[in-house]
Amino acid sequence: MCVTVALRLDRVRAVKIAVCVKQVPDATAAKRLDPGTKRLDRSGEAALNATDVNAVEEALRVKEAHGGEIVIVSLGPEKALESLRKALAMGADRAVLVSDAAAAGSDLVATSYALAKALEREAADLVLFGQQSSDSDGAVLWAAVADRLRRPMISQVAELRLDGGAVTGKRQTEFGYDVIAAPLPAIVAVSDAINEPRYPSLKGIMSAKSKPTETLSLADIGVEPDRAGEAGSRTTVTAMAPPPAKGGQVRIEDDGSAAEKIVEFLAERKLL
Amino acid sequence: MGTTLVFLEHHEGELQKGALGVLAKAASLGGEVAGVVLGHGVQDVAAKAGAFGATTVYVVDADVLAAPLPQPRVDALAAVVAATGAENVLFAASVLSADVAAGLAARLDAGLNWDLTDLVAEGGGLVGKRPALGDTVLVDVGWTTTPRLALIRSGSFEPVETGGSATIEPVVAQFEDFSTQPALLEHLQEAASGPSIEEADVIVAGGRGLGAPEGFKLCEDLADALGGAVAATRAVVDAGWYPYSTQVGQTGKSVSPRLYIALGISGAIQHKVGMQSSGTIVAVNKDPNAPIFDFADLGVVGDLNQIAPKLAELVRAHKA
Repeated sequence: MCVTVALRLDRVRAVKIAVCVKQVPDATAAKRLDPGTKRLDRSGEAALNATDVNAVEEALRVKEAHGGEIVIVSLGPEKALESLRKALAMGADRAVLVSDAAAAGSDLVATSYALAKALEREAADLVLFGQQSSDSDGAVLWAAVADRLRRPMISQVAELRLDGGAVTGKRQTEFGYDVIAAPLPAIVAVSDAINEPRYPSLKGIMSAKSKPTETLSLADIGVEPDRAGEAGSRTTVTAMAPPPAKGGQVRIEDDGSAAEKIVEFLAERKLL
Repeated sequence: MGTTLVFLEHHEGELQKGALGVLAKAASLGGEVAGVVLGHGVQDVAAKAGAFGATTVYVVDADVLAAPLPQPRVDALAAVVAATGAENVLFAASVLSADVAAGLAARLDAGLNWDLTDLVAEGGGLVGKRPALGDTVLVDVGWTTTPRLALIRSGSFEPVETGGSATIEPVVAQFEDFSTQPALLEHLQEAASGPSIEEADVIVAGGRGLGAPEGFKLCEDLADALGGAVAATRAVVDAGWYPYSTQVGQTGKSVSPRLYIALGISGAIQHKVGMQSSGTIVAVNKDPNAPIFDFADLGVVGDLNQIAPKLAELVRAHKA
């Protein structure tokens, strides 16, 4: 009898999940680089990065199945709290925002260092990322964080399963599908194919207002000043210019000879 | 310039074309250029790099490298960097190499620039060229320390066959416990005919304008005639018309083949960002107001059901 109970307890072991999210300029807003700093101008309308919403949704599903706690972790300006509220409205339990002027201009080396420090405080069983950030096109942050935290990692996950203290992810690669398992604690980056995120309910939106949020400085999480911002970064943006202009564009209406014209065009450019 | 290492990804005994393209680019930048092949039982694969310009190939051969997982590759590559004092480590972008490059950046506290479409040697260092904000801006990026790490957008450089041979230098690596924890349980090969979209010189892509999943037969036939690969937009992948592995765009892959033929694709920004650095873009769409005509080199307003089959036929006739 006791044995059975123990097994059941093990099976429903609650999981602490940290979801790393980022506030990005709204997809419908025109984006620009600040000519002075050559950084993305983040002053306009903002939203939660789309794939991060999939990560929040997946965390909610894991919690619904196993119980536990979901904490949203983010680095960004104070106004990023608005976007974190969306994750709370979906059902996450609390949010931690690391916000510090000294972090501006952080590259992958500095960002992954600060994020790893913030995650160390949380000691989550499972850390989730959304696969791609829509403002930097870089699909790489989780791998750097995993190395800093010395945790196993699975990326590009389209199906996730949690059981017996391990996470299994099915992922898409150029060559097909891989099924990969790793013991917890682990880091998983999910693709947007993994689920269809829920919309926050009115009740969720209301309750999000009273959920705990914490805003921390770099010093609070133990990031030394020379490890953050430009001082802690190893890459620079030195110049920006419009992309090289393309040659003349040709436009035709099909009068029955379009296929011939395409072949001529391709042959001229030695593309056949 | 000091030594440049090129991560040579391989699959089923073949070096990946994208990596060999980066190898050719690295050779044109000057300095020592060496390939790095990581895996288990990979001596033969490593030797193949000689024909593409590598005079030295560093090899870490270990059973924990048998599965294509990133973390043990970070350990192995860190060992090669330590053994060679390399100044640059270059990667052709892929699902695997992006994770390896980012892990290595954290391990070495080394700068990583990604999605580069070109590299220029300047003042003893490197400058990377990166299209940003949906390729509306081209930024120059640099590194403040060495080693400099770079991920190159697929299709940016063509391999160059030099016909040489490479010296194989084995390197021994220590593997971290956490690196070897992930285990590959299963690998499902996707039935692929012809080249993958990352490897293809020519891509024929289909969108909603194909009308139905069967419309992809037109793309497949034209791709077959051109010796190319078939790609798809997000809308049709979401609708289940074509596999995700062929999706080009913001949430799919970025490609830059020599020729990109878009059939029934409107050219929304989400798709544009994944393909606009293609050499030549030809678009066929019945909607004269489709945004793709703003950036296609040749835009054809017409019925793809009429044009595509005829085009395939003419291409075959031209090649014959």
